[in-house]
Amino acid sequence: MDNMVASNGTLTANETGTGRIKAGPSGRKPRRRLSRRNIIVYGTLIVVALYYLLPLYVMIVTSLKGMPEIRVGNIFAPPLEITFEPWVKAWAEACTGLNCDGLSRGFWNSVRITVPSVIISIAVASVNGYALANWRFKGAELFFTILVVGAFIPYQVMIYPIVIVLREMGVYGTLTGLVIVHTIFGMPILTLLFRNYFAGLPEELFKAARVDGAGFWTIYFKIMLPMSLPIFVVAMILQVTGIWNDFLFGVVFTRPEYYPMTVQLNNIVNSVQGVKEYNVNMAATILTGAVPLVVYFVSGRLFVRGIAAGAVKG
Amino acid sequence: MTALTRGSGRPNQWLRNLNAKIASIPMILTAVVIFLGGTIWTVVYSFTNSKLLPRLSFVGLDQYERLWAAPRWIISIQNLALYGFFSLVFSLVIGFVLAALMDQKIRFENTFRTIMLYPFALSFIVTGLVWQWLLNPQFGIQSIVRSLGWESFSFDPLYDADIVIYGILIAALWQGTGLVMCLMLAGLRGIDEDIWKAARVDGIPMWKTYVLIIIPMMRGVFITTLVIIASGIVKVYDLVVAQTSGGPGIASEVPAKYVYDYMFQAQNLGQGFAASTMMLITVAIIIVPWAYLEFGGGRKRG
Repeated sequence: MDNMVASNGTLTANETGTGRIKAGPSGRKPRRRLSRRNIIVYGTLIVVALYYLLPLYVMIVTSLKGMPEIRVGNIFAPPLEITFEPWVKAWAEACTGLNCDGLSRGFWNSVRITVPSVIISIAVASVNGYALANWRFKGAELFFTILVVGAFIPYQVMIYPIVIVLREMGVYGTLTGLVIVHTIFGMPILTLLFRNYFAGLPEELFKAARVDGAGFWTIYFKIMLPMSLPIFVVAMILQVTGIWNDFLFGVVFTRPEYYPMTVQLNNIVNSVQGVKEYNVNMAATILTGAVPLVVYFVSGRLFVRGIAAGAVKG
Repeated sequence: MTALTRGSGRPNQWLRNLNAKIASIPMILTAVVIFLGGTIWTVVYSFTNSKLLPRLSFVGLDQYERLWAAPRWIISIQNLALYGFFSLVFSLVIGFVLAALMDQKIRFENTFRTIMLYPFALSFIVTGLVWQWLLNPQFGIQSIVRSLGWESFSFDPLYDADIVIYGILIAALWQGTGLVMCLMLAGLRGIDEDIWKAARVDGIPMWKTYVLIIIPMMRGVFITTLVIIASGIVKVYDLVVAQTSGGPGIASEVPAKYVYDYMFQAQNLGQGFAASTMMLITVAIIIVPWAYLEFGGGRKRG
């Protein structure tokens, strides 16, 4: 209450002096007005928060109802009879085309895509950022500029040439190919992130290690790596959510048996055949959103830092 | 300098700093082969009549003429313009207002921020599907309002070609405004507390302080946010695929979807390349002035 912006300056005068009812010398804000403002601020924020939460609530509620209840009821009503059958069905039985083994396949595909992609893209970009920050060589800045500018080029422009490159390498349509693609497109932002972080570390450390005769890799593994755990966590959050949520690359660069979860989810929900089972669809949607949501809620402030670093510096 | 000891002579320029160069190979390949090479390749092939496979038989601007004569492309561009305009305006306004509210030294700031930002962690596919369900005319918001007694209420953007793009806009704003709010809040926090005190001493009302003093001071944050939102808008694809698949009919098509469909489904590569080149030009129109302001002439920020 009294730590509103407006009362900062007069706070001490008020409390030591005449008390709260009478305003201090420079304060002109009676309590009534303060609380009305509070009502507006908190009221708006609560309404907004409800708006943001509504879709999540409807998803959960819908996924716990049976189809008969959905047909007669309203989507906001809590389930009369809670059933977990839609969840089981979404995970193990939902159909895409001829396959009826549910989302589980997409989930494991996504795991098999995300884990190596995250590790490789971070490894490549961190070493790269380190080279750019501490071992500048002629031309490095030029390549780096191309890389960062390239981050703004729409993917659609580069997709087909990549298809050709991957086909020449013999990995088009495989998980390996998709991992390479994720590494490529994760590179601009991650390299930027690591370069800025390493450049911000005290240079004396690096110089001292050089004087002691440590080389490129020794300094990276013995000094830089242990000092930069937070930035690795930030990069991991960025990559895990980004890669898990990817749809376009999954569709373009893999065959149906390797489709990631997002693609499979879309195929399940938007398939034109059969009766629409909204409860199963919503259960499947929650399952697909679960991994990034867990990452988000667990990582908290680091997530914000990750997207801020990713966004503002870009 | 690294592992090399080359006696007394000047070390070979190419071998200097060898490890750093090796470490940068992925970056160099990506930058030169994929980003630069791939872009040039696509632009060059957009002047050919490639169908199923890329072929180098040039047909001049034919693909572009065909592109701009295609109703589907015109609709895509119109949708992108509408969606882009409203999504820029609304996300900047809503994002800023929310950030200003959050900046009132409120309690539970973390809770509010967590709630507003969580949609950003979700994929566009998930976002699109949830809103497809919420906007379902038979069960969703429309039927709820009708069952409350307003029988003639009609809001089914996903099945009405005239307003379908706004249905997508609602979902996009739900997903993205939290991020804009966070960026704006970071900008607001960067503003010196003394500015507020001075404005208060002069008796300037709060809203006026925001409009006349704070927003001009946040110019940099606004421009950066603008660029982020804008380059995201041009790429919009997943959301449309999940929410409407471009329908009803072709009413909610967007350029990114046009490119994908022509490249991988209609097997008309030339059209796809021409359309993607147009996307590239659109992005360049946004990025180049910004890059010039930011990094080019007169470095005055800071």
